[in-house]
Order: sequence, then structure tokens, then C-alpha cells
Amino acid sequence: MLLNLKHVSKSYKIGDTVIRALDDISLAVKEKEFIAIMGPSGSGKSTFLQVASMLAEPSDGEIFLNGIEVSSYNEIQRSHLRNKQIGFIFQSFNLLARTSALENVMLPLFYAGFKTDSEHAQEKAKKMLERVGLGDRLNNTPAQLSGGQQQRVAIARALINDPTVIFADEPTGNLDSKSGEDIKKILKDLNKEGKTIIMVTHEEDVAEIAKRQIVFKDGKVLSDSGSKKS
Amino acid sequence: MKLGAIFILAIKSILLNKSRSFLTMLGVIIGVGSVVLLTSIGTGLQAYVTDQFASLGTNILYVVPGNPFGENGGFGGEQSMIQSTKPVLKRRFYNQVIRNNRDLIKDGAVTAVNIAEAKYAKTSKKVTLYAVTSSYETVYNSKAAKGHWFSSVEEEKAERVVMLGTKIAEDLFGQVDPINKTIQLNGQSYNVSGVLEEKGGGFGGPSFDSYVYLPLETSFKYFDTELIDSFIFEVRDKDQIKDSKLAIEKTIGKELKDDEFTVFDQTQLLSTITSILGMLTVGLGGISAISLLVGGIGIMNIMLVSVTERTREIGLRKALGATPNLILAQFLIEAALLSVIGGLIGLLIAYLGSLALQAYFPAKVTIGAVILAFGVSTVVGLVFGVAPAKKAAKLSPIEALRYE
Repeated sequence: MLLNLKHVSKSYKIGDTVIRALDDISLAVKEKEFIAIMGPSGSGKSTFLQVASMLAEPSDGEIFLNGIEVSSYNEIQRSHLRNKQIGFIFQSFNLLARTSALENVMLPLFYAGFKTDSEHAQEKAKKMLERVGLGDRLNNTPAQLSGGQQQRVAIARALINDPTVIFADEPTGNLDSKSGEDIKKILKDLNKEGKTIIMVTHEEDVAEIAKRQIVFKDGKVLSDSGSKKS
Repeated sequence: MKLGAIFILAIKSILLNKSRSFLTMLGVIIGVGSVVLLTSIGTGLQAYVTDQFASLGTNILYVVPGNPFGENGGFGGEQSMIQSTKPVLKRRFYNQVIRNNRDLIKDGAVTAVNIAEAKYAKTSKKVTLYAVTSSYETVYNSKAAKGHWFSSVEEEKAERVVMLGTKIAEDLFGQVDPINKTIQLNGQSYNVSGVLEEKGGGFGGPSFDSYVYLPLETSFKYFDTELIDSFIFEVRDKDQIKDSKLAIEKTIGKELKDDEFTVFDQTQLLSTITSILGMLTVGLGGISAISLLVGGIGIMNIMLVSVTERTREIGLRKALGATPNLILAQFLIEAALLSVIGGLIGLLIAYLGSLALQAYFPAKVTIGAVILAFGVSTVVGLVFGVAPAKKAAKLSPIEALRYE
């Protein structure tokens, strides 16, 4: 099992009220799976993504990545883990403004300890941008790129450290349908190449590209197409 | 990880916001600029005053009969009045001091004062006769403007020659050139061998310009007196003034009792003045250091704004693997760099300012001021950068990414 969540809960305190965003979730993700997480807003799907991607600590339960218990990692350990094993694709791209596509893609390399002016790092980033079809836009800044192109830069960035799992949070949410299709195709291709992807979306047609759909409601798994099959 | 890489990151971030970076630095620029400029004026002034004293002779020791400073400091006392009318100082004491202390004492002069009636043609005037050894010229840096000083040979032979101060020369001769003319002193004829350069008034003290200078031996011979007013000794090195004073006291002490003579110098007065100027410099520097503090607060303010503005960037960096320490380092170095660059610009401005001032005022940028400004601006950047950098490092990546 690549990623295994056992009885994971996450609670927030807002004022005096405790909100249980994730309520005793157990979920196993196999290698090369493509999972779509769906559900209404407030269902806990975003919290699930944050906890599963090591951005947030679970309040309860255990998480195993490649069989290693990582839920008790401290902040620094989780930083390193995210850097090396997790790829992030955000709804709003989150590229550094006034910074070239190439440099944006190299950002995870920088925190992995590469010298970003080294030829090796630049070559690697260039290859990733070519892979998402932006080989001719290396030096463009986000402001000079369309939404679809920006998201492709973000995908290249997510891939650069060859992560174990890619987490995508509404990757097409800020895009027109044409660009959305491009992104869907890229994600599909990546999965075909063997990448494990966990994607949060509320769009049915986007969720359809995933092989397994999980629906959340009130912090619990409402339905899991994967578990039905198995 | 690689501080160098973080450094480059900080520089890039400063360059991305050029005008804002400059405005942020402005406080430090003004702070460092004014601290350095004001201290340079202060130290320049100190150097100027010391120079002025040196031109009068900070390296000069005086030996006078009696104790003009009295028992409790301050001038006067009947005793000293009586002492000064007795010929206690002898020419041979002077010679002994010069002979025994060649390593400490460069040169010296002997002075004796008399009053006489000077007369040229129909003009006559009561004048102060300043009987000196020929070495007076070099020890007092008192050059002849016209003619020449009497030589040591003329002095030893007690020749009847005189040098005139500019004022007395003008009083006696008017437009006439006094060189090689003969004047009468108490009825005896003296040849004018030169006129001295103008010295200027001595702040109500003696006016060297209205003295008539004559060889010491001439004065002894023709004015029937052996009274010597003072020995003047020029010390080789200003730092050896204390040693020299002791050496002189020792040499003359063999001949005279302790209370029969006094050796004194101007260091006491000079050190008082320099300590006042030093305090003034520190005070001015301190006042302008307040603007450095304000500059530091400006940096903190902008860095806090910057952290808020770049919350999403910080969130992203953390999501992609930046540890809290790296974020802390990034913002801390950015603040320190802003401050140091501001400090360097301020230093440059202060340096140019001191160059411009030099035409009117003795300003001097010292290495100490440079190091101080540089150190203080670094510290200001680091101290005022800590709060914003800590804030950035503490941000939760989730909240930061969600921040609009």
C-alpha cells in the first residue's frame, strides 16, 4: 500500500465550537491509482487533502506512506517529506509572480538542496516544461501566460522532484473548459505513465477521468467506487 | 542548507520591489548618513583644535621660576611674584637640560622680558623687549617676513641687533623699510635685521606683533639683568611630554628647590577641550542615532507588510518543502540586506558630504565611524527583521495558501 490512512480524524476549534472536519477516515491508496475526491463544500474533502498530503497534522489516527508511519513527523520532517514525496497542484496555480516559468518549476529543487543556477537543475526543469508543452515559454512570467499555461507550469513544478503522490486541489476550477480539457488530458497521461494522483474536485466530468471516485460527506466517506469493486 | 542561495533569494526579492526597497532603506540611509557626517564633523573639529594647539606647541614645555599656579591651582600668589623677580633660572640650567635629554627634547629657547623706550627718527614708543635665543625662530615657528633672524653667533657675541614684530615695525617706521635701519633702545643704537611674520593677537594675551626681539646675551650685557622669565622646550614626540617633564624637573631639580621653579605644558588645557568636543561628538551622534532607530522601525514595518503581502508565497514555499528556518532566514537576510545596503548608501552620502564640507569645515570620516555605521545598520536590520521573519516562519502553510 502506497498511502494508508487508519482511523484519521481532524478537528478544528473555531471559538468554543469544535468542528470535526474528518471523522475516523480509513483509506488505502495503491500505487498508480487515480482517485477523485468529491463531495459538497464542508464535506471534509479539502481537509482530507491537507492531512493526506502532510500539510496538516491529523488530530487522531495514523498515516503510512510506503509503509512508514509519517503522521507523527515534526514540522521539519514533514517539510522534507512534502518536498521529496508530494507534488502539489492548486486551484489558483500559486506561481511566484514576476518569476519565470523555469524558476517557478525549479522552486522544489531549490528546497531539495539543488543549486538553481546549476545546469543540471535547469535542464531538469526545462524537460518538465517541455513535457507539459511549454518548452517555448521557459522565460515567461505568470502574467505572460494564460490560466491553462500557468496550471501546466504548476504541474511541471509538482513533477520536478519525482514525487510518490500528486495531490491536486480543484485543478480545473479556475480554468475555462478548453484549458480544463488540456489539464485533464495531462493528468490522465501522467497517471498512465504510472503517477499516483489524488484529486479533489466537485465537477463530475473531471472526476470521471479518475479510476476511483470517493465521495465525502460530513467528514466521512459516503461512497468509494474502489471499495465496491474490490 | 546553503545560506548563499537564500542570500540570492533575498537580493532578488529586494530587486523585484526596487522603489519600495529604496523607500524602506531611506530611514537607514538618513540615520547612518547623519551619524557618520556628524561624528566626522566632531572628530574633524577635534583634529582641528589639536592642530591649532600643535601650531602653538602642544609639544612645548615651559619652565618658569616659582609656582605660577599656586598651591591650589589658579594663578597668583605673592610668593610667585617675589620669586619671579629673582634671577633663579640660569642659562646653564637650560644648556644642561638640552645636553642631557637629546632623546626627548628637540630644541628649546630662553626668553627674558624687559621694557625699553624705542626710538626711530622722531617716533618713540615704550616697547616690550623680548630677549630670546636664536632658536626661538624654529621653536615658535616664528619666521622672518623681511630680512633674517639674528644668528646664534650674533647672539653669543651679544651683537646689537633686533627683530621687530609687524605692529611695532609699522608704528616706528610707517611706510619706511626698517631692514638695516638703526633704532634707539634706551638711547643705544641697534640694527634692525628683520621683521617677523604677523602672528595675530593672542586673545587678550601678549601681542607678539608689538614686541622687539633681541638676542638674550645682548639683553644680559646692555640691560644689566640676568633675569630669565622662562625656558621653552620643544619635545620631539607629543606622547613623551610627561617623560620630558620629569626629565627636566630632574635636571633642574639638582640646582634648584622644587618650589623655585615649575615645569608645565598645555596638555591639561588641550585634553579638557578635546574631551568637551568628544562629548559633543557623542551627543550629536547619539541624537542622529535616533533616526537610525526610526529607520529600523521603518524596515520592520515594511517587512511586516511584506510578510502579509507575501503570505501566499510563504505558504507555497512551505508546501513545497521550505522549513520554518529557511523562511526565517529568507526574511531575516532580506531585512538585514535592506539595512546594510541603506547603511552603505548613507555612508557614501556622508563621505561626499564631508568632502563638500571640507572647503569650509574640517570634517573627517573616520574608520571607526564607518565600522560603527556598518555594524549598527546590520544589527538594526537583524533586530528589526526578527519579528517579521518569525511571523513568516510561523505561518501555517494551509492558512497561508488560503489567504486572499
